[in-house]
Amino acid sequence: MIHSLFLVNSSGDIFLEKHWKSVVSRSVCDYFFEAQERASEPENVPPVIPTPHHYLISVLRHRIYFVAVIQSEVPPLFVIEFLHRVVDTFQDYFGVCTEAAIKDNVVVVYELLEEMLDNGFPLATESNILKELIKPPTILRTVVNTITGSTNVGEQLPTGQLSVVPWRRTGVKYTNNEAYFDVVEEIDAIIDKSGSTITAEIQGVIDACVKLSGMPDLTLSFMNPRLLDDVSFHPCVRFKRWEAERILSFIPPDGNFRLLSYHVSSQNLVAIPVYVKHNITFREGSSQGRFELTLGPKQTMGKAVESVLVSSQLPRGVLNVNLNPSQGTYTFDPVTKLLSWDVGKINPQKLPSLKGSMSLQAGASKPDENPTINIQFKIQQMAISGLKVNRLDMYGEKYKPFKGIKYMTKAGKFQVRT
Amino acid sequence: MLDSNKDSLKLEAMKRIVAMMARGKNASDLFPAVVKNVACKNIEVKKLVYVYLVRYAEEQQDLALLSISTFQRGLKDPNQLIRASALRVLSSIRVTIIIPIMMLAIKDAASDMSPYVRKTAAHAIPKLYSLDPEQKEPLIEVIEKLLADKTTLVAGSVVMAFEGVCPERIDLIHKNYRKLCNLLIDVEEWGQVVIINMLTRYARTQFLNPNANEVLLEEGEEKEFYGSDEEEGKEEKVEKKKPYVMDPDHRLLLRNTKPLLQSRNAAVVMAVAQLYFHLAPKAEVGVTAKALVRLLRSHSEVQFVVLQNVATMSIKRKGMFETYLKSFYIRSTDPTQIKVLKLEVLTNLATETSISIILREFQTYIKSMDKDFVAATIQAIGRCATNIGEVRDTCLNGLVQLLSNRDELVVAESVVVIKKLLQMQPEQHSDIIKHMAKLIENIQVPMARASILWLIGEYCEHVPKIAPDVLRKMAKSFTSEEDIVKLQILNLAAKLYLTNSKQTKLLTQYVLNLAKYDQNYDIRDRARFIRQLIVPTDKGGALSKYAKKLFLALKPAPILESPFKDRDHFQLGSLSHLLNVKAGGYQELPDWPETAPDPSVRNVEVMDAVETVLDPVLAFRQVPEWTKSSSREKRKEKKKVEKPFYSDSEDESRLTESADSDSNTGSGSESSSATEESDSGSKSEDSGGESESEQQEKPNRKADKSSRAQRVTQETGDSERSSGEERRTAKKTTEPRSESESEEEGKESSSESSESESESETESKEESEPDTEAKRNAKKKAITPRAPDKPREEKQEVSLLDLDDFDLNPSPRVNPVNSFMSSSLVADLEGLSLTHSALPPPTISPTFSSLKTYELLHRLTGEGLAVGYCFGRQPFVRDPHMVTVQIQFTNHMDTEARNLRVREPRLQSGMRIKEFPEIEVLPPGETVTTVMGIDFCDSTQAANFQLCTHTRKFCVSIQPPVGELMAPVFMLENEFKKEQGQLMGMNEIKETLVLGEACQSDYAIVQRVTAAANVGQVPCGSDQEYSSTPPPCSPLVSRFAGKTMTSNSLVLVTVITKRDRTAQLTVNCEKMVIGTMLVKDILHALSQ
Repeated sequence: MIHSLFLVNSSGDIFLEKHWKSVVSRSVCDYFFEAQERASEPENVPPVIPTPHHYLISVLRHRIYFVAVIQSEVPPLFVIEFLHRVVDTFQDYFGVCTEAAIKDNVVVVYELLEEMLDNGFPLATESNILKELIKPPTILRTVVNTITGSTNVGEQLPTGQLSVVPWRRTGVKYTNNEAYFDVVEEIDAIIDKSGSTITAEIQGVIDACVKLSGMPDLTLSFMNPRLLDDVSFHPCVRFKRWEAERILSFIPPDGNFRLLSYHVSSQNLVAIPVYVKHNITFREGSSQGRFELTLGPKQTMGKAVESVLVSSQLPRGVLNVNLNPSQGTYTFDPVTKLLSWDVGKINPQKLPSLKGSMSLQAGASKPDENPTINIQFKIQQMAISGLKVNRLDMYGEKYKPFKGIKYMTKAGKFQVRT
Repeated sequence: MLDSNKDSLKLEAMKRIVAMMARGKNASDLFPAVVKNVACKNIEVKKLVYVYLVRYAEEQQDLALLSISTFQRGLKDPNQLIRASALRVLSSIRVTIIIPIMMLAIKDAASDMSPYVRKTAAHAIPKLYSLDPEQKEPLIEVIEKLLADKTTLVAGSVVMAFEGVCPERIDLIHKNYRKLCNLLIDVEEWGQVVIINMLTRYARTQFLNPNANEVLLEEGEEKEFYGSDEEEGKEEKVEKKKPYVMDPDHRLLLRNTKPLLQSRNAAVVMAVAQLYFHLAPKAEVGVTAKALVRLLRSHSEVQFVVLQNVATMSIKRKGMFETYLKSFYIRSTDPTQIKVLKLEVLTNLATETSISIILREFQTYIKSMDKDFVAATIQAIGRCATNIGEVRDTCLNGLVQLLSNRDELVVAESVVVIKKLLQMQPEQHSDIIKHMAKLIENIQVPMARASILWLIGEYCEHVPKIAPDVLRKMAKSFTSEEDIVKLQILNLAAKLYLTNSKQTKLLTQYVLNLAKYDQNYDIRDRARFIRQLIVPTDKGGALSKYAKKLFLALKPAPILESPFKDRDHFQLGSLSHLLNVKAGGYQELPDWPETAPDPSVRNVEVMDAVETVLDPVLAFRQVPEWTKSSSREKRKEKKKVEKPFYSDSEDESRLTESADSDSNTGSGSESSSATEESDSGSKSEDSGGESESEQQEKPNRKADKSSRAQRVTQETGDSERSSGEERRTAKKTTEPRSESESEEEGKESSSESSESESESETESKEESEPDTEAKRNAKKKAITPRAPDKPREEKQEVSLLDLDDFDLNPSPRVNPVNSFMSSSLVADLEGLSLTHSALPPPTISPTFSSLKTYELLHRLTGEGLAVGYCFGRQPFVRDPHMVTVQIQFTNHMDTEARNLRVREPRLQSGMRIKEFPEIEVLPPGETVTTVMGIDFCDSTQAANFQLCTHTRKFCVSIQPPVGELMAPVFMLENEFKKEQGQLMGMNEIKETLVLGEACQSDYAIVQRVTAAANVGQVPCGSDQEYSSTPPPCSPLVSRFAGKTMTSNSLVLVTVITKRDRTAQLTVNCEKMVIGTMLVKDILHALSQ
């Protein structure tokens, strides 16, 4: 399936290669570079590029292209999904997934890739199993290793791979047994000029951090499971139980994992927690434009809207802006024409606003397009869909775990058209 | 450093080497030094050496051999993980000399104890194959062996190997098909993708098209999507008027893949979606839409692939995504390629109802900054306009407005689209053409200019004044135009010359002259050609007459269609589909077969003769065939109430004879099969349930055996008729015997045996036999594994025909018996049992024993241990409140199962379980039956407990049908009425129903009701005459009584049958929940 993997940085250098079958010359990447040149934006490089003898499937993450070389028919999503899994693993191991981090840990990267693919077919992709095989580098361990000469490679053999719960390590022990669940919801919305919602959806995830000894069997129940329209589970969740009782029952992996992601259907009315008043105009003939923007909270159930960040791609004709924010700071990049305004917290008594003028290219006609405004925000302690966890029970182990749950609402792809 | 003694130094050295490899530098000079360290103790050094070896062994074959012995030692290691990793490295070293060693290693590993090692072996297969394709045959053997593996760990990898080595050997899958379907959900995600893709192809070759009939009902539009040859096939099918029945295996696949839509892995979801798209009936494909839309939230690469597939799907199945229309709206932050694809999907989804919203959405897109995207939007508008006639004018107006856009690209694109639209109805839009003619001065994009010129030329009669003027202008600028524009100028000139030669003759001459000296030979050619054609000369002339026709022919309007239109001939989700080019190694998705290939090839049970009786799939598969014949018999039953039983036994006994004669004279193979059968026959006897008596069992078995033997006869080609004489006599001799047997039984019966006896008399045919018979049928099938389906069906038909023969000419001795045995006997016997049981314990033994077996533990989940249960309907001896559950264990493992017991019952409050005594040993292949009691507390809640063997535990649950929660009670009619009177109001539930086809007679009603619930019939005495409210048209009234097990509350059932096939069902019960559930069950039973 996957023949080789090349890692390409944003300046177009191949800084790592790995082959699983016979070696493929790195000149195959020239086709990729060609496509890269043709694309105006880095995201526009087509994920699948055919070449005379091979096919290149690439993903772009953290400004690194992961280019997989394949030779014959294989579902492209299979490769794409795998590459993303590789990136997730790197991130998990090194904290960040940058060129520098990969170069520093090239041996670990190589060992990981070796375990993840066998002859181009995925072998062990569960981070728990991998961690058992290859311990992630930490500062302490590097120090210890240099002194004692011990290694990163796990001494014991990967028994997890053989068990019925391949995602969980055996013999886990903690002094503090704790299980935390974060319910994070993101609102995707498109708001049109007049402020009415064109489309709005809620996508949510439950991320868990479970540090429990032994083999705990957890059940998590919701107050209102009906809200969940479409769900996808971590493989540990027993699907039949969910079907029958709407209860999540699972033996959790150790550490951080994504238990569930869900979708709240667009049929339900989605409460939009912020509103935007905007007035962006360009006058014909003059080289000035007016820019006014006011934000306000709505339907937030008394919770504060925090870390608000507004960004907008202004038309090419705009040379510069001269704005006056009532709070926070704004920046404008005259090259990319990207305006971003870091608002911070919205105070309902004193609504934040950004007013001022834009200077346009002299003599050019007025731009006929209006910019869209992207908004990011966070609301703590609230899940906008109203989802609530009812209770968490543990079976199979004797001790009493410490349980915690946190809710958060974020803006996903939240756009306002002007 | 590598020669150093210290591990840390070696490690450091190896790390540097690996870093070199990673950067793509050649490190092969170090090979000898590195290979030496292959036996190093330090694990990390070892691993890095492996990495190095795998990379460079191909270049240094001789030196690589030095390392082989280390791996060979590793292959024998007691630790499975070391064995596996040794095999992994060994097979990854691409050295041709060691192929035999690899082959041996793979073969050994394929029969390894550890599934992990077997998995590695499966991985090694394609490696070896790519190294040496000549090893294909032995490798296929290994694959075949591994395909039969029952662990989830191996399944994914071996299917991968199968796809890599021998994807055309679809026959290898047959036997493993059901297993793969059942294991699918537990296989790791990557394996799932591979298996699903493979099964899609498999199903395409094995099952019929579920949409075949619908296709023809659709309008011609839809038809176009199918190849003509395919359609012919379908027409034929409809001619046959065969209603489509989905193969149960087909259904199994669809059912088992559905939960995988919930997977977190996008590739799995896509695989399931394509499976549904290619295999499911139209109505069911929709379930995948939701999951696909969810994937759109993922990374942009995933979006890209998913959208490509959605685009293809949305063409064929528009309705599927209609509700998710808004999810395809475009955000300004999407990458251009995603935007374009979303646009494609939106266009495909546009219908009369949604078009207005979509067009409004498009309007905002046109203002986008991304010009490529704007151009794509304009094209999309054009397509919407062509597809939906109603909005054509609106679209056209909108596009014309765009012509005044400042951006040239936008204008050019609109011109091109307008041109296409105008071609459909040029008459009404001459003003637009005029407008465009004016625009030609401003538009610089050659494609747009060419389009305008073409339009003017084509429709010059609509704009007679402007056209020559445009030509004049263009002639002026001819030399500076692009080639494509020049060609159109020539065209325009030619057309104008033909229509309006007076005004344009000179202009045309001028243009042609200019073209004659053009640099481009195409243009020079064209000029020469046109001149010859249109300018009348003395020589030429043959063609010039037709010049007008040539140039001004009516041109068909172009069809704007989606680039995704025909892509669905590639398997969705595949690389080939994405690129719309066949990729290397792509396996064509076969067309549906016109007739289904033999489904019996998938019967797994070929391997072991003693096969599960409880395999649900198998039983399920068998049902349709059986019901066919049994329903026939039932119809007959209506005519002659009891006859089928006897006529059938005639048949059977006749067959016994023929079988006997056959096995006496027959060839070796026959006799061997006969012994085999008797073997399994005795097994089935064991499993037949304890209540059944020997006498009863014998004829059954014989019948069973004989019918099988009959098959054998036919296979070997003996004509049945030849032994016709013999059969007659045989029938005469055996008939009385079986009859007398049963009669004797009937008379001697105590209350205990009366139950089994009445069974044998009345129900054994209709009820208990179908069950056991069906299972036996399954077994028969297993024994004649490769028997093709068609002939078998014929055989069944033959036997049924024989049956008819005997019905028509019943032997004189049978007739009296029949009349004697019919209705009166049943009543007699019932009376008999009642008088016996009308003693202090009011509970009577049930008149009906449903031997319907439910599955407790499937053979596959139980790792070879199959457990089934049925409700025995006898009172549980140790506790009167408990329901008796017969549990039947069958051991399919090759080792014996020990210490079978119940543990850790997890029960609802109040429920109790009386466990069965521990079964110490269950030898392989054996079946054992035991009894346990469960007090369900009068609820249909399932009783959950663990079933343990000496090695494993299985969580199982028993859920009782409501009808099993009660025991029959004997009471007289007046008692019944009295009790009924006390249970009025809330406790009474009335329903009217239409009786089903098969239960018209009141006997059948009794059957059905007692089958659905464990109740006893209330004898309808003479007191019916003086019942207080005599029903007007003297309907039949049947009454049944029972009491719930735990609380002893009465359950009274009344069925009043009216003439017009309607009936009224009344259930009186203190427990309303039970009452309502019971009504539902009985209703269902009666209306069938």
